[in-house]
Amino acid sequence: MGILEVKGVGKRFGGLAALSEVNLSVEENTVHAIIGPNGAGKSTLLNCLVGKLIPDTGSVMFDGQSVLGRKPHEINQMGISRVFQTPEIFGDLTVLENIMIPCFAKRDGSFRMHAFEQFAHEKELIEKSMAILEDVNMADKADMHSASMSRGDKRRLEMAMCLVQEPRLLLLDEPTAGMARADTNNTIDLLKEINEKRDITMAIIEHDMHVVFSLAERITVLAQGTPLVEDTPDNIKGNPKVQEAYLGESQH
Amino acid sequence: MLGLNKNDRTLLVIVAVLALLAPFILNPFPTDSSLAQFNAGYPDLMQKFVIFGIFAIGFNILFGLTGYLSFGHAAFLGIGSYSAVWIYKLFTYNVIPAMMLSVVMAAIFALLIGYISLRRSGIYFSILTLAFAQMSFALAYSVLSNPKFNLTNGETGLQVYANDIQMFHRDGLPDFPHIFGLSMGSTSKLPLGAWEFQFNVGYYFCAILMILAFYFSIRLFRSPFGMMLRAVKSNQQRMNYTGLNSRPYTLAAFVISGMFAGLAGGLLAATDPLAGAERMQWTASGEVVLMTILGGAGTLIGPVLGAGFIKYFENIFSKINDQVLHQWVSFMPDGLEDFVVALIHPFIGKGWHLTLGILFMLVVIFLPGGLVEGGQRIGRLFGRKKRAEDTADAAAKTPAE
Repeated sequence: MGILEVKGVGKRFGGLAALSEVNLSVEENTVHAIIGPNGAGKSTLLNCLVGKLIPDTGSVMFDGQSVLGRKPHEINQMGISRVFQTPEIFGDLTVLENIMIPCFAKRDGSFRMHAFEQFAHEKELIEKSMAILEDVNMADKADMHSASMSRGDKRRLEMAMCLVQEPRLLLLDEPTAGMARADTNNTIDLLKEINEKRDITMAIIEHDMHVVFSLAERITVLAQGTPLVEDTPDNIKGNPKVQEAYLGESQH
Repeated sequence: MLGLNKNDRTLLVIVAVLALLAPFILNPFPTDSSLAQFNAGYPDLMQKFVIFGIFAIGFNILFGLTGYLSFGHAAFLGIGSYSAVWIYKLFTYNVIPAMMLSVVMAAIFALLIGYISLRRSGIYFSILTLAFAQMSFALAYSVLSNPKFNLTNGETGLQVYANDIQMFHRDGLPDFPHIFGLSMGSTSKLPLGAWEFQFNVGYYFCAILMILAFYFSIRLFRSPFGMMLRAVKSNQQRMNYTGLNSRPYTLAAFVISGMFAGLAGGLLAATDPLAGAERMQWTASGEVVLMTILGGAGTLIGPVLGAGFIKYFENIFSKINDQVLHQWVSFMPDGLEDFVVALIHPFIGKGWHLTLGILFMLVVIFLPGGLVEGGQRIGRLFGRKKRAEDTADAAAKTPAE
């Protein structure tokens, strides 16, 4: 049984069935990619996993517990972190502070009134944050105002923010969208390293086939809101049904 | 020391020294000189400076850190005042229990109002708080003031009457708010040459509380909690997906700032034992917004500066009348003198709001960071050489893209 089990999930927006009968199983310590043409329901599915949307039917179990009806912060506390399509960071804060916030969330839970404690006393958390920044090659930028960084740096910062929480499942929504090829390759290396070194399970939504085939061990292909096929990358490449759904338009 | 770094400690010391020496600093002109009307070193006005300073410091914890713009903070000011006067009426003129009840009552109301208002953000939050404040005003002005149940004494305002119970009041104690027998109204005067300096118990009581409030606000700004509040302002979505519940953080900030407002309201009643409904009106809520933005929202010292600035204008600028103006420009030929006076007339005396409005616009347009940013710019102008070095350093640190 996988760490994430999605069973029979359906979601309608008015007359439009965005998802129907979606089944998905993400095995622990694997990289699982979810691909599909535009409008296939990839983002809707992701939003159902993190508590932004509640599916109309079906169940989503994480590590044996249902995530349905839980708020995003509760789901994060269960061990699911999320990287957004456009990097979501705390732009008004410094890079180090950006990393410290998830550290506090991990240690103190979703709320703590530490109004009279001192930042400088949190040596352990500062060390932990600096170590993560070393890992993503951003230690020299620790005191930088994070809004002023390049997009690639923001993406790395966001990943570092997720990593420092030591999540059990990392959800990535098109992590290389809008990146130059060199940056994309760096991101792929970073993600590979994360998966190998830290044993973090990843579910990744991606357009870029280069990224998908470099990283994924399992691939689910979504088309029109339902999973078409779930298999290994090699089998997906040769699957005629996938080619029809996914590449069909371009072959005309 | 005190859990502050060097810069913050310096700032605290400066504020403390300014507050404690205010009777001298705000009284630069000799008593008989024509400029004496610009002196602000009299108890009534100095008290207002520090009381509204506390109000603005508290408001800044909510608005400056979380970005939630409350348009109803005057409600807590009024609640603080009414609570204090009720302590005077029922128990004692001692201000300590009165201030405690002011803060507690404000906290309770802030918890209720905040819990509901914080379900929305942005303009809807502002409108909800405004609605609550106006309801509080209506309650205080008329609903809670009828012969059967008179909590607020309506239009007249709540005050202490000779037949009130005052359970712990004894003969030796002053018939005015006091701190263990020392009346808030007692002032000792120090004539020094052409000057006369006034030291008022009420002022020093408020000033010490303001310094404490300022210290608390520095600690809060620099704490992990303060960082969380800035995170709320910066990106609430990221915060929620990072496992943090932003609601209790904003509610805590709302309640803390409501307690500051309650304390300020209590202090208004400590220096003048009267509570009126007009204290809760939306203009009063708007005033604290102006103070905070004018001084510099999100900065430590800004709100205090803004409060001082606006209260100074309100009290000093409004006193300049045509007569005074004629005196100043009497060196001009008659026709020109009248013309200049007529030109300036709308901006002085009762027209001081006009001047304040123009100044506010200028600050918002040219100094979005408020007076603090203005100060920083002036500071940079003088320290240009140092700045050039700094930028060189920064450039060296940032690798070329």
